[in-house]
Amino acid sequence: MATVDYPLEKSRRQREFSLSEALYSWVATVDHKRLGLMYMTSAIIFFLIAGVMAMVIRAQLIVPENHVVGPQTFNRLFTMHGTTMVFLVGMPIIAGMSNYLIPLMIGARDMAFPRLNAFGYWIFLFGGILLYFSYLGANGLFGAGSAPDVGWFAYAPLTERAFSRGTSTDYWILGILVSGIGSIVSAINVIATTLSMRCKGMKLSRMPLFVWVMVVDAWMVILALPPLTAGQVMLLFDRYLGANFFNTQAGGSAVLWQHFFWIFGHPEVYILIFPAFATVSEVVPVFSRKPIFGRQAMVGAVVAIGFISFGVWAHHMFAVGMAPISNIFFATASFLVAVPTGVKIFNWLATIWGGKIRFATPMLFCVAFIFQFLIAGLTGVMLAVTPFDWQLTDSYFVVAHFHYTLTGSFLFGVFAAIYYWFPKATGKMLSETIGKWHFWLLVIGFHLTFDPQHILGILGMPRRVYTYAPGRGWEPWNMISSIGAAIQAIAIICFAWNVIRALIKGERAGDDPWDAWTLEWTTTSPPPEYNYETDPEVRSSRPLWDLKHPEDPDWKYE
Amino acid sequence: MASSATQPVETEWRLPDRGTVGIISLILTEISLFSIFVIAYLFYIGKSLTGPFPKDVLEFPVLATICLLSSSGTIVFAEHALKHRKMAMFKMWWAVTIVLGLVFLYETGVEWHDLIYDKHLTIATNVFGSTFYSLVGLHATHVIVGMTFLLIVFIVTMRGFPIHTQIRRVTFLSWYWHFVDAVWVVVFTVVYIVGR
Repeated sequence: MATVDYPLEKSRRQREFSLSEALYSWVATVDHKRLGLMYMTSAIIFFLIAGVMAMVIRAQLIVPENHVVGPQTFNRLFTMHGTTMVFLVGMPIIAGMSNYLIPLMIGARDMAFPRLNAFGYWIFLFGGILLYFSYLGANGLFGAGSAPDVGWFAYAPLTERAFSRGTSTDYWILGILVSGIGSIVSAINVIATTLSMRCKGMKLSRMPLFVWVMVVDAWMVILALPPLTAGQVMLLFDRYLGANFFNTQAGGSAVLWQHFFWIFGHPEVYILIFPAFATVSEVVPVFSRKPIFGRQAMVGAVVAIGFISFGVWAHHMFAVGMAPISNIFFATASFLVAVPTGVKIFNWLATIWGGKIRFATPMLFCVAFIFQFLIAGLTGVMLAVTPFDWQLTDSYFVVAHFHYTLTGSFLFGVFAAIYYWFPKATGKMLSETIGKWHFWLLVIGFHLTFDPQHILGILGMPRRVYTYAPGRGWEPWNMISSIGAAIQAIAIICFAWNVIRALIKGERAGDDPWDAWTLEWTTTSPPPEYNYETDPEVRSSRPLWDLKHPEDPDWKYE
Repeated sequence: MASSATQPVETEWRLPDRGTVGIISLILTEISLFSIFVIAYLFYIGKSLTGPFPKDVLEFPVLATICLLSSSGTIVFAEHALKHRKMAMFKMWWAVTIVLGLVFLYETGVEWHDLIYDKHLTIATNVFGSTFYSLVGLHATHVIVGMTFLLIVFIVTMRGFPIHTQIRRVTFLSWYWHFVDAVWVVVFTVVYIVGR
């Protein structure tokens, strides 16, 4: 392609660098790559804030009858920790990864609706800021304000006007509602991009698994988030207009809130794990030097998980006393999820099996992901057994289970993604040495933190307690757990150091540092604003393999 | 990426229009939102501890329903006229659609005024009031949003904007309007037939 000298471009290059212009170019951008990086950066900042909260929680629980923080502060800490991690870390990471990678992977120039994309980012960010503004602005009635303290699922009637004075719960409602709008528009954008913007030859049957998983994820977002929004609107009506949705004294039902919340909440946890699925499905083949095993089965499994996830929500509610038939239905549906999930785990293992494995940092995180996700799934099946759940609901066993899915699986998947695609986004390599420190410290810290919590749950320690009495056999496990949390913090510091170091003096990455097969590695690192000079054309599910091996292309076998 | 022994890439490469996919996704997410309010309404039927109860105060909104449902027809006529560049017909049918929508909103207003001031049913009275005003109000909000866009199209057309260049967007707006109508069928069934 002939190079054209655009006079405007030239004058822009000659102009002096100015901070306000640089800032303006980020604030006003509609470029999917910049927005993707902004989503990721905001998510990491919120992650660090919520991580510090977790450290304070573990510091409070390290010994019995400790006094690092009081009960009121503790309630706010676990509420803000959970809410932040789900809505201000998980959701923007999904949006960030989809935004950055999907157009590159399907050979498009940008997302389908770039301006809507920018709107989604900014409304998410302001939703997050609104939630955190509660620390300053929510000193409502009777000094009962400050941050929300009703737990991340904000059960009624605790959230009703009578029990939650002041405005902290309103900040929880509005912050989440507003950032939820961002998630929905970003999901609509992902769907439209994937269905309408694929380059020539990129049939759905050839689309990278990453894109497949993320588009199913987007479908789940647009169907699962509105129930939460609806429930929150009803709660606002209750609190401000005196409506009676969840007011049990006027015939309202507190259990209905639980249903509405979990119709959203259970698909939500699958929504959160999907980016990890997506990443592992790309990273494992490249580092095993084999195409993914059972591609169609992987797609089918993801779609199946998406469907089933809408029929399992009440397994969070076994303890509220539903009819036996409901218990049986939701327990059975929950067992069903294990089938497609098992298919995925077996296929990842079969991809590694017999491969020429390179244990670079992204692959290490993926292997740990598979192992930890398996355990998370097994404790999940245990909790789906209704009588077992009656024993252990709201105990530390549940805390351990969902941190295995969200830390041990989601977070590990995200770190794999960051180590894998950081070179593409910045043009710099992250250090393998520091990466391995980061990985091993995180694995050790993670297991020290959360393995003992299973035992704590079985020993009867309830979740959300701000302290506990000595002499129940809980002390050693809590001590180990808190020490593990500190080790995880060191691992995160290694990660931060690695990123900063790479940005300043990282090795140059080149276009394709991992010898990978998907389209994004054919363009430069970082990619130019227009992504591809010419529109790519695709003949198989591994277009870059075809390009590197013209004598033995994939399309011969597909 | 042309390799020497190349398999011909698809010559025919057609994908769905991104606007179409976008508006369908938007409507799906709206359906999800409405279904929760509908479920809440159905769940709370007969659970009010105090009156007034639906059978005492609700009357069939006949005129409003006729207006809203027929506006789905008139917007189709308007669209059809626009596709054939019959601008006078387009403006006429578009205006009729707007008037029908406004009559619906007016009728809803009259109904609510009657309920609040004469029959003493507010959102805080009982769970019937809470679910009634939120479900019907959510629908009315959507009518207002649709009405705003209908008015924008009408005003820019009257001021000479070549609206026939925007047939795609007009079509999306009419889909949205059909969706709002379809929701009214559900709301009407749930509130005025099942709930009474």
